[in-house]
Amino acid sequence: MINQSTGRTILGILSFLAILLALALVFLYAPLAADPLTGRALPEQKIFYFHIASAWNGFLGFFLVFAFSIAYLWQRARRWDRLATTAMEISWLYFTIVMVTGPIWGRVAWGVWWTWDPRLTTSLVLWLIATAYLLTRALVHSGERAAIICAALGILGFVDVPIVFMSIHWWRTQHPVLITTESVGLTSPMLVAFIVSLFAFTLFFFYLLWIRASLASAEDMVAHLQERARERL
Amino acid sequence: MTFLRVTWAITCKDLLTEWRSRETVAALFTFTLLVMVIFGFAVEAPTTELGAVAPGIMWASLCFAGVLLLNRSFQNEGENECLAALMLAPADWAAIYFGKALANLALMAVVEACAVPAFAVLFGRDLLAGLPLLALVLALGTAGFALVGTFLAALTANVRASAVLLPVLLFPLTVPVLIAAVRATAIALAGGPLSDASQWVALLLIYDLLFATLAYMLFDFVMET
Repeated sequence: MINQSTGRTILGILSFLAILLALALVFLYAPLAADPLTGRALPEQKIFYFHIASAWNGFLGFFLVFAFSIAYLWQRARRWDRLATTAMEISWLYFTIVMVTGPIWGRVAWGVWWTWDPRLTTSLVLWLIATAYLLTRALVHSGERAAIICAALGILGFVDVPIVFMSIHWWRTQHPVLITTESVGLTSPMLVAFIVSLFAFTLFFFYLLWIRASLASAEDMVAHLQERARERL
Repeated sequence: MTFLRVTWAITCKDLLTEWRSRETVAALFTFTLLVMVIFGFAVEAPTTELGAVAPGIMWASLCFAGVLLLNRSFQNEGENECLAALMLAPADWAAIYFGKALANLALMAVVEACAVPAFAVLFGRDLLAGLPLLALVLALGTAGFALVGTFLAALTANVRASAVLLPVLLFPLTVPVLIAAVRATAIALAGGPLSDASQWVALLLIYDLLFATLAYMLFDFVMET
Protein backbone atom coordinates (compact mmCIF):
# COMPACT_ATOMS: atom_id res chain seq x y z
CA MET A 1 0.00 0.00 0.00
CA ILE A 2 1.31 3.43 -0.92
CA ASN A 3 1.09 5.93 1.88
CA GLN A 4 -1.04 9.08 1.74
CA SER A 5 1.65 11.59 0.93
CA THR A 6 3.13 9.52 -1.89
CA GLY A 7 -0.31 9.16 -3.45
CA ARG A 8 -0.81 12.88 -3.13
CA THR A 9 2.50 13.64 -4.79
CA ILE A 10 1.72 11.29 -7.65
CA LEU A 11 -1.68 12.92 -8.18
CA GLY A 12 0.01 16.34 -8.06
CA ILE A 13 2.55 15.38 -10.70
CA LEU A 14 -0.17 13.83 -12.85
CA SER A 15 -2.34 16.92 -12.72
CA PHE A 16 0.67 19.13 -13.47
CA LEU A 17 1.46 17.05 -16.55
CA ALA A 18 -2.19 16.99 -17.61
CA ILE A 19 -2.40 20.78 -17.38
CA LEU A 20 0.81 21.14 -19.40
CA LEU A 21 -0.64 18.83 -22.04
CA ALA A 22 -3.92 20.74 -22.02
CA LEU A 23 -2.09 24.05 -22.48
CA ALA A 24 -0.06 22.64 -25.35
CA LEU A 25 -3.19 21.28 -27.04
CA VAL A 26 -5.17 24.45 -26.54
CA PHE A 27 -2.51 26.86 -27.78
CA LEU A 28 -0.49 24.80 -30.24
CA TYR A 29 -2.74 22.04 -31.56
CA ALA A 30 -6.29 23.40 -31.67
CA PRO A 31 -6.76 25.84 -34.57
CA LEU A 32 -8.10 29.34 -34.12
CA ALA A 33 -11.88 29.50 -34.26
CA ALA A 34 -13.29 31.55 -37.11
CA ASP A 35 -16.40 33.68 -37.19
CA PRO A 36 -18.98 31.67 -39.18
CA LEU A 37 -20.19 34.80 -41.01
CA THR A 38 -17.11 36.89 -41.68
CA GLY A 39 -14.39 34.28 -41.39
CA ARG A 40 -12.49 36.55 -39.01
CA ALA A 41 -10.18 34.66 -36.61
CA LEU A 42 -11.44 34.58 -33.01
CA PRO A 43 -8.47 34.18 -30.66
CA GLU A 44 -10.72 34.98 -27.69
CA GLN A 45 -12.39 31.61 -28.19
CA LYS A 46 -9.35 30.07 -26.40
CA ILE A 47 -10.89 31.20 -23.13
CA PHE A 48 -13.69 28.70 -23.71
CA TYR A 49 -11.41 25.74 -22.84
CA PHE A 50 -10.71 27.09 -19.36
CA HIS A 51 -14.08 28.74 -18.79
CA ILE A 52 -16.17 25.61 -19.38
CA ALA A 53 -13.68 23.34 -17.62
CA SER A 54 -13.85 25.60 -14.55
CA ALA A 55 -17.64 25.76 -14.64
CA TRP A 56 -17.83 21.96 -14.79
CA ASN A 57 -15.56 21.68 -11.76
CA GLY A 58 -17.55 24.31 -9.92
CA PHE A 59 -20.70 22.23 -10.41
CA LEU A 60 -18.81 19.06 -9.47
CA GLY A 61 -17.79 20.80 -6.26
CA PHE A 62 -21.41 21.67 -5.51
CA PHE A 63 -22.40 18.06 -6.00
CA LEU A 64 -19.63 16.84 -3.68
CA VAL A 65 -20.63 19.40 -1.04
CA PHE A 66 -24.20 18.08 -1.30
CA ALA A 67 -23.06 14.47 -0.83
CA PHE A 68 -20.63 15.26 2.02
CA SER A 69 -23.26 17.43 3.74
CA ILE A 70 -25.78 14.57 3.77
CA ALA A 71 -23.07 12.28 5.12
CA TYR A 72 -22.24 14.82 7.83
CA LEU A 73 -25.82 15.30 8.99
CA TRP A 74 -26.23 11.54 8.97
CA GLN A 75 -23.13 10.56 10.92
CA ARG A 76 -21.95 13.80 12.49
CA ALA A 77 -18.33 12.88 11.80
CA ARG A 78 -15.93 15.85 11.55
CA ARG A 79 -14.34 14.22 8.51
CA TRP A 80 -17.41 14.82 6.30
CA ASP A 81 -17.61 18.42 7.39
CA ARG A 82 -13.96 19.00 6.55
CA LEU A 83 -14.45 17.43 3.12
CA ALA A 84 -17.61 19.47 2.45
CA THR A 85 -15.89 22.75 3.37
CA THR A 86 -12.87 21.85 1.31
CA ALA A 87 -15.00 20.98 -1.72
CA MET A 88 -16.88 24.27 -1.35
CA GLU A 89 -13.65 26.27 -1.12
CA ILE A 90 -12.38 24.74 -4.35
CA SER A 91 -15.77 25.08 -5.99
CA TRP A 92 -15.73 28.75 -5.04
CA LEU A 93 -12.28 29.10 -6.59
CA TYR A 94 -13.43 27.55 -9.87
CA PHE A 95 -16.60 29.64 -9.95
CA THR A 96 -14.45 32.73 -9.40
CA ILE A 97 -12.46 31.73 -12.46
CA VAL A 98 -15.77 31.40 -14.35
CA MET A 99 -16.89 34.83 -13.13
CA VAL A 100 -13.60 36.39 -14.26
CA THR A 101 -13.14 34.66 -17.61
CA GLY A 102 -16.83 35.00 -18.61
CA PRO A 103 -16.89 38.79 -18.68
CA ILE A 104 -13.47 38.97 -20.38
CA TRP A 105 -14.80 36.83 -23.19
CA GLY A 106 -18.15 38.61 -23.22
CA ARG A 107 -16.43 41.99 -23.63
CA VAL A 108 -14.63 40.85 -26.76
CA ALA A 109 -17.38 38.70 -28.25
CA TRP A 110 -20.51 40.62 -27.34
CA GLY A 111 -19.13 44.08 -26.56
CA VAL A 112 -20.42 44.01 -22.97
CA TRP A 113 -18.82 42.81 -19.77
CA TRP A 114 -21.98 41.26 -18.46
CA THR A 115 -25.20 39.90 -19.83
CA TRP A 116 -27.98 38.28 -17.83
CA ASP A 117 -27.64 35.08 -19.76
CA PRO A 118 -29.08 32.04 -17.90
CA ARG A 119 -25.78 30.17 -17.63
CA LEU A 120 -23.81 33.23 -16.59
CA THR A 121 -26.43 34.30 -14.08
CA THR A 122 -26.83 30.81 -12.63
CA SER A 123 -23.06 30.72 -12.12
CA LEU A 124 -23.28 34.07 -10.37
CA VAL A 125 -26.01 32.82 -8.02
CA LEU A 126 -23.99 29.68 -7.26
CA TRP A 127 -20.93 31.82 -6.63
CA LEU A 128 -23.03 33.86 -4.17
CA ILE A 129 -24.23 30.70 -2.41
CA ALA A 130 -20.63 29.48 -2.17
CA THR A 131 -19.57 32.86 -0.80
CA ALA A 132 -22.37 32.74 1.79
CA TYR A 133 -21.18 29.26 2.75
CA LEU A 134 -17.61 30.44 3.30
CA LEU A 135 -18.81 33.58 5.11
CA THR A 136 -20.73 31.36 7.52
CA ARG A 137 -17.46 29.68 8.46
CA ALA A 138 -15.96 33.05 9.21
CA LEU A 139 -18.95 34.53 11.05
CA VAL A 140 -20.04 31.58 13.18
CA HIS A 141 -17.55 30.89 15.91
CA SER A 142 -18.98 27.62 17.17
CA GLY A 143 -17.51 24.94 14.92
CA GLU A 144 -20.41 22.54 15.21
CA ARG A 145 -23.09 25.21 14.59
CA ALA A 146 -21.18 26.40 11.52
CA ALA A 147 -20.90 22.82 10.30
CA ILE A 148 -24.65 22.26 10.64
CA ILE A 149 -25.60 25.55 8.97
CA CYS A 150 -23.19 24.82 6.14
CA ALA A 151 -24.44 21.27 5.70
CA ALA A 152 -28.02 22.53 5.40
CA LEU A 153 -26.89 25.25 2.98
CA GLY A 154 -24.94 22.71 0.93
CA ILE A 155 -28.04 20.55 0.54
CA LEU A 156 -30.52 23.37 -0.12
CA GLY A 157 -28.08 25.09 -2.46
CA PHE A 158 -27.57 22.03 -4.61
CA VAL A 159 -31.30 21.28 -4.88
CA ASP A 160 -31.80 24.93 -5.81
CA VAL A 161 -29.52 24.78 -8.86
CA PRO A 162 -32.01 23.46 -11.48
CA ILE A 163 -34.79 25.77 -10.22
CA VAL A 164 -32.48 28.77 -10.34
CA PHE A 165 -31.49 27.87 -13.87
CA MET A 166 -35.09 27.35 -15.04
CA SER A 167 -36.32 30.57 -13.48
CA ILE A 168 -33.52 32.63 -15.02
CA HIS A 169 -34.00 30.90 -18.35
CA TRP A 170 -37.71 31.74 -18.45
CA TRP A 171 -37.05 35.22 -17.15
CA ARG A 172 -34.62 35.94 -19.98
CA THR A 173 -36.82 34.49 -22.69
CA GLN A 174 -39.52 36.95 -21.64
CA HIS A 175 -37.24 39.89 -22.32
CA PRO A 176 -36.07 41.05 -25.71
CA VAL A 177 -32.99 38.99 -26.42
CA LEU A 178 -30.32 41.39 -27.62
CA ILE A 179 -27.51 38.92 -27.49
CA THR A 180 -27.77 35.28 -28.34
CA THR A 181 -25.16 32.78 -27.33
CA GLU A 182 -24.91 30.85 -30.57
CA SER A 183 -22.44 28.05 -30.31
CA VAL A 184 -19.33 28.14 -32.42
CA GLY A 185 -18.95 24.79 -34.15
CA LEU A 186 -16.15 22.77 -32.66
CA THR A 187 -13.75 21.01 -34.97
CA SER A 188 -12.35 17.74 -33.73
CA PRO A 189 -8.89 19.07 -32.72
CA MET A 190 -10.72 21.68 -30.64
CA LEU A 191 -12.84 18.98 -29.08
CA VAL A 192 -9.73 16.97 -28.15
CA ALA A 193 -8.14 20.05 -26.57
CA PHE A 194 -11.36 20.75 -24.71
CA ILE A 195 -11.73 17.22 -23.33
CA VAL A 196 -8.09 17.12 -22.22
CA SER A 197 -8.37 20.47 -20.48
CA LEU A 198 -11.60 19.33 -18.81
CA PHE A 199 -9.81 16.21 -17.60
CA ALA A 200 -6.75 18.19 -16.45
CA PHE A 201 -8.85 20.67 -14.47
CA THR A 202 -10.79 17.85 -12.86
CA LEU A 203 -7.61 16.04 -11.87
CA PHE A 204 -6.31 19.27 -10.37
CA PHE A 205 -9.63 19.64 -8.52
CA PHE A 206 -9.11 16.33 -6.77
CA TYR A 207 -5.48 17.14 -6.05
CA LEU A 208 -6.54 20.41 -4.38
CA LEU A 209 -9.30 18.56 -2.52
CA TRP A 210 -6.81 16.06 -1.18
CA ILE A 211 -4.15 18.49 0.04
CA ARG A 212 -6.70 20.92 1.46
CA ALA A 213 -8.53 18.13 3.29
CA SER A 214 -5.26 16.85 4.82
CA LEU A 215 -4.43 20.38 5.87
CA ALA A 216 -7.86 20.77 7.48
CA SER A 217 -7.43 17.49 9.29
CA ALA A 218 -4.01 18.61 10.54
CA GLU A 219 -5.56 21.88 11.73
CA ASP A 220 -8.18 19.92 13.65
CA MET A 221 -5.47 17.80 15.22
CA VAL A 222 -3.50 20.89 16.29
CA ALA A 223 -6.62 22.44 17.81
CA HIS A 224 -7.29 19.22 19.68
CA LEU A 225 -3.74 19.05 20.99
CA GLN A 226 -3.84 22.69 22.06
CA GLU A 227 -6.99 22.02 24.00
CA ARG A 228 -5.41 19.06 25.75
CA ALA A 229 -2.29 21.06 26.54
CA ARG A 230 -4.47 23.78 28.05
CA GLU A 231 -6.25 21.22 30.19
CA ARG A 232 -2.89 20.04 31.55
CA LEU A 233 -1.89 23.54 32.62
CA MET B 1 -52.56 14.21 14.63
CA THR B 2 -50.29 15.34 17.43
CA PHE B 3 -48.04 16.79 14.77
CA LEU B 4 -50.77 19.06 13.44
CA ARG B 5 -51.91 19.99 16.94
CA VAL B 6 -48.40 21.00 18.01
CA THR B 7 -47.92 22.93 14.76
CA TRP B 8 -51.17 24.81 15.31
CA ALA B 9 -50.41 25.48 18.98
CA ILE B 10 -47.06 27.03 18.09
CA THR B 11 -48.61 29.17 15.36
CA CYS B 12 -51.25 30.40 17.80
CA LYS B 13 -48.64 31.08 20.47
CA ASP B 14 -46.57 33.22 18.08
CA LEU B 15 -49.60 35.11 16.82
CA LEU B 16 -50.89 35.67 20.34
CA THR B 17 -47.50 37.02 21.45
CA GLU B 18 -47.57 39.39 18.52
CA TRP B 19 -51.20 40.37 19.17
CA ARG B 20 -50.35 41.42 22.72
CA SER B 21 -47.75 43.93 21.59
CA ARG B 22 -48.66 44.49 17.91
CA GLU B 23 -45.32 46.20 17.55
CA THR B 24 -43.62 43.91 15.04
CA VAL B 25 -46.30 44.24 12.39
CA ALA B 26 -46.52 48.01 12.84
CA ALA B 27 -42.74 48.36 12.62
CA LEU B 28 -42.57 46.09 9.59
CA PHE B 29 -45.29 48.00 7.76
CA THR B 30 -43.51 51.29 8.41
CA PHE B 31 -40.25 49.77 7.26
CA THR B 32 -41.81 48.42 4.03
CA LEU B 33 -43.33 51.81 3.33
CA LEU B 34 -39.96 53.46 3.90
CA VAL B 35 -38.18 51.13 1.49
CA MET B 36 -40.83 51.86 -1.15
CA VAL B 37 -40.35 55.59 -0.66
CA ILE B 38 -36.58 55.16 -0.91
CA PHE B 39 -37.06 53.30 -4.19
CA GLY B 40 -39.36 56.09 -5.32
CA PHE B 41 -36.50 58.55 -4.87
CA ALA B 42 -33.82 56.19 -6.14
CA VAL B 43 -35.60 55.25 -9.37
CA GLU B 44 -35.96 58.54 -11.18
CA ALA B 45 -38.94 58.18 -13.52
CA PRO B 46 -42.47 59.56 -13.96
CA THR B 47 -45.13 57.41 -12.31
CA THR B 48 -46.56 56.34 -15.67
CA GLU B 49 -43.23 54.86 -16.73
CA LEU B 50 -42.64 52.97 -13.50
CA GLY B 51 -44.70 50.03 -14.77
CA ALA B 52 -41.73 47.85 -15.57
CA VAL B 53 -39.94 48.35 -12.25
CA ALA B 54 -42.93 48.65 -9.91
CA PRO B 55 -43.38 44.89 -9.24
CA GLY B 56 -39.67 44.68 -8.47
CA ILE B 57 -39.92 47.57 -6.01
CA MET B 58 -42.86 45.91 -4.27
CA TRP B 59 -41.09 42.57 -3.86
CA ALA B 60 -37.74 44.05 -2.88
CA SER B 61 -39.46 46.03 -0.10
CA LEU B 62 -41.30 42.94 1.11
CA CYS B 63 -38.09 40.86 1.03
CA PHE B 64 -36.24 43.33 3.23
CA ALA B 65 -39.11 43.52 5.69
CA GLY B 66 -39.42 39.73 5.69
CA VAL B 67 -35.80 39.28 6.72
CA LEU B 68 -36.37 41.51 9.74
CA LEU B 69 -39.36 39.40 10.74
CA LEU B 70 -37.48 36.13 10.27
CA ASN B 71 -34.57 37.36 12.33
CA ARG B 72 -36.90 37.96 15.26
CA SER B 73 -38.79 34.72 14.91
CA PHE B 74 -36.34 32.48 16.76
CA GLN B 75 -34.43 35.11 18.69
CA ASN B 76 -37.34 35.59 21.06
CA GLU B 77 -37.18 31.89 21.86
CA GLY B 78 -33.60 32.26 23.02
CA GLU B 79 -34.70 34.02 26.21
CA ASN B 80 -35.26 31.71 29.17
CA GLU B 81 -34.40 28.70 27.01
CA CYS B 82 -37.85 28.78 25.42
CA LEU B 83 -36.68 26.86 22.39
CA ALA B 84 -35.46 23.98 24.54
CA ALA B 85 -38.88 23.88 26.20
CA LEU B 86 -40.62 23.87 22.82
CA MET B 87 -38.46 20.96 21.77
CA LEU B 88 -39.90 18.94 24.65
CA ALA B 89 -43.30 18.99 22.94
CA PRO B 90 -44.48 15.43 22.21
CA ALA B 91 -44.10 15.65 18.44
CA ASP B 92 -41.51 15.85 15.69
CA TRP B 93 -39.36 18.94 15.94
CA ALA B 94 -40.51 19.69 12.42
CA ALA B 95 -43.83 20.69 14.02
CA ILE B 96 -42.01 23.64 15.63
CA TYR B 97 -40.66 24.59 12.25
CA PHE B 98 -44.03 24.44 10.48
CA GLY B 99 -45.75 26.27 13.32
CA LYS B 100 -43.19 29.06 13.13
CA ALA B 101 -43.30 29.19 9.34
CA LEU B 102 -47.07 29.46 9.39
CA ALA B 103 -46.96 32.25 11.98
CA ASN B 104 -44.38 34.14 9.90
CA LEU B 105 -46.55 33.70 6.82
CA ALA B 106 -49.60 35.05 8.67
CA LEU B 107 -47.67 38.06 10.01
CA MET B 108 -46.27 38.84 6.56
CA ALA B 109 -49.79 38.55 5.13
CA VAL B 110 -50.96 41.26 7.53
CA VAL B 111 -48.02 43.47 6.55
CA GLU B 112 -48.76 42.86 2.87
CA ALA B 113 -52.46 43.63 3.30
CA CYS B 114 -51.41 47.13 4.44
CA ALA B 115 -48.30 47.65 2.32
CA VAL B 116 -49.54 46.49 -1.08
CA PRO B 117 -52.43 49.02 -1.26
CA ALA B 118 -49.98 51.70 -0.17
CA PHE B 119 -47.68 50.58 -2.95
CA ALA B 120 -50.56 50.79 -5.45
CA VAL B 121 -51.24 54.37 -4.42
CA LEU B 122 -47.59 55.46 -4.43
CA PHE B 123 -46.79 53.95 -7.82
CA GLY B 124 -50.18 54.38 -9.50
CA ARG B 125 -50.94 50.69 -10.05
CA ASP B 126 -54.36 49.11 -10.38
CA LEU B 127 -54.70 46.17 -8.00
CA LEU B 128 -58.27 45.21 -8.79
CA ALA B 129 -57.77 44.15 -12.41
CA GLY B 130 -55.74 41.07 -11.53
CA LEU B 131 -56.61 40.70 -7.86
CA PRO B 132 -57.07 36.89 -7.69
CA LEU B 133 -53.76 36.30 -9.43
CA LEU B 134 -52.02 38.93 -7.33
CA ALA B 135 -53.32 37.35 -4.12
CA LEU B 136 -52.21 33.90 -5.26
CA VAL B 137 -48.72 35.14 -6.18
CA LEU B 138 -48.36 37.02 -2.90
CA ALA B 139 -49.37 33.89 -0.97
CA LEU B 140 -47.08 31.51 -2.86
CA GLY B 141 -44.16 33.93 -3.02
CA THR B 142 -44.34 34.81 0.65
CA ALA B 143 -44.67 31.11 1.48
CA GLY B 144 -41.45 30.44 -0.43
CA PHE B 145 -39.58 33.06 1.56
CA ALA B 146 -41.17 31.96 4.84
CA LEU B 147 -40.38 28.26 4.32
CA VAL B 148 -36.71 28.72 3.50
CA GLY B 149 -36.32 31.72 5.80
CA THR B 150 -37.81 30.09 8.89
CA PHE B 151 -35.56 27.08 8.38
CA LEU B 152 -32.46 29.27 8.13
CA ALA B 153 -33.63 31.42 11.04
CA ALA B 154 -33.83 28.31 13.22
CA LEU B 155 -30.30 27.36 12.18
CA THR B 156 -28.81 30.78 12.86
CA ALA B 157 -30.86 31.54 15.98
CA ASN B 158 -27.99 31.46 18.46
CA VAL B 159 -25.37 32.90 16.19
CA ARG B 160 -24.05 36.33 17.09
CA ALA B 161 -23.88 37.61 13.52
CA SER B 162 -27.30 36.24 12.58
CA ALA B 163 -28.63 39.64 11.50
CA VAL B 164 -26.12 39.68 8.65
CA LEU B 165 -25.91 35.98 8.10
CA LEU B 166 -29.60 35.30 7.53
CA PRO B 167 -30.06 37.56 4.48
CA VAL B 168 -26.72 36.46 3.05
CA LEU B 169 -27.90 32.84 3.20
CA LEU B 170 -31.53 33.49 2.29
CA PHE B 171 -31.36 35.74 -0.76
CA PRO B 172 -29.23 33.56 -3.06
CA LEU B 173 -31.42 30.54 -2.30
CA THR B 174 -34.64 32.43 -3.01
CA VAL B 175 -33.61 33.88 -6.39
CA PRO B 176 -36.20 31.69 -8.19
CA VAL B 177 -38.99 32.90 -5.86
CA LEU B 178 -38.09 36.52 -6.46
CA ILE B 179 -37.92 36.15 -10.24
CA ALA B 180 -41.18 34.19 -10.47
CA ALA B 181 -43.03 36.44 -8.04
CA VAL B 182 -41.92 39.64 -9.79
CA ARG B 183 -42.82 38.34 -13.26
CA ALA B 184 -46.22 37.03 -12.15
CA THR B 185 -46.94 40.25 -10.26
CA ALA B 186 -46.18 42.23 -13.40
CA ILE B 187 -48.76 40.13 -15.27
CA ALA B 188 -51.31 40.57 -12.46
CA LEU B 189 -50.80 44.34 -12.33
CA ALA B 190 -51.28 44.57 -16.07
CA GLY B 191 -54.62 42.82 -15.61
CA GLY B 192 -53.53 39.67 -17.44
CA PRO B 193 -55.42 36.41 -16.88
CA LEU B 194 -54.11 33.64 -14.64
CA SER B 195 -53.21 31.48 -17.64
CA ASP B 196 -50.56 34.01 -18.72
CA ALA B 197 -48.75 33.51 -15.46
CA SER B 198 -49.30 29.76 -15.15
CA GLN B 199 -45.62 28.92 -15.67
CA TRP B 200 -44.56 31.27 -12.87
CA VAL B 201 -47.28 30.04 -10.53
CA ALA B 202 -46.20 26.46 -11.25
CA LEU B 203 -42.59 27.37 -10.51
CA LEU B 204 -43.56 28.95 -7.18
CA LEU B 205 -45.68 25.94 -6.29
CA ILE B 206 -42.88 23.48 -7.07
CA TYR B 207 -40.38 25.57 -5.14
CA ASP B 208 -42.66 25.77 -2.08
CA LEU B 209 -43.43 22.05 -2.06
CA LEU B 210 -39.83 21.06 -2.64
CA PHE B 211 -38.41 23.22 0.11
CA ALA B 212 -41.19 22.37 2.56
CA THR B 213 -40.34 18.70 2.05
CA LEU B 214 -36.59 19.31 2.36
CA ALA B 215 -37.02 21.38 5.50
CA TYR B 216 -39.27 18.72 6.97
CA MET B 217 -36.68 16.01 6.30
CA LEU B 218 -33.70 18.04 7.50
CA PHE B 219 -35.12 19.82 10.53
CA ASP B 220 -34.66 16.97 12.99
CA PHE B 221 -31.06 16.57 11.90
CA VAL B 222 -30.12 20.22 12.17
CA MET B 223 -31.74 20.84 15.56
CA GLU B 224 -30.26 17.92 17.44
CA THR B 225 -27.28 19.17 19.43
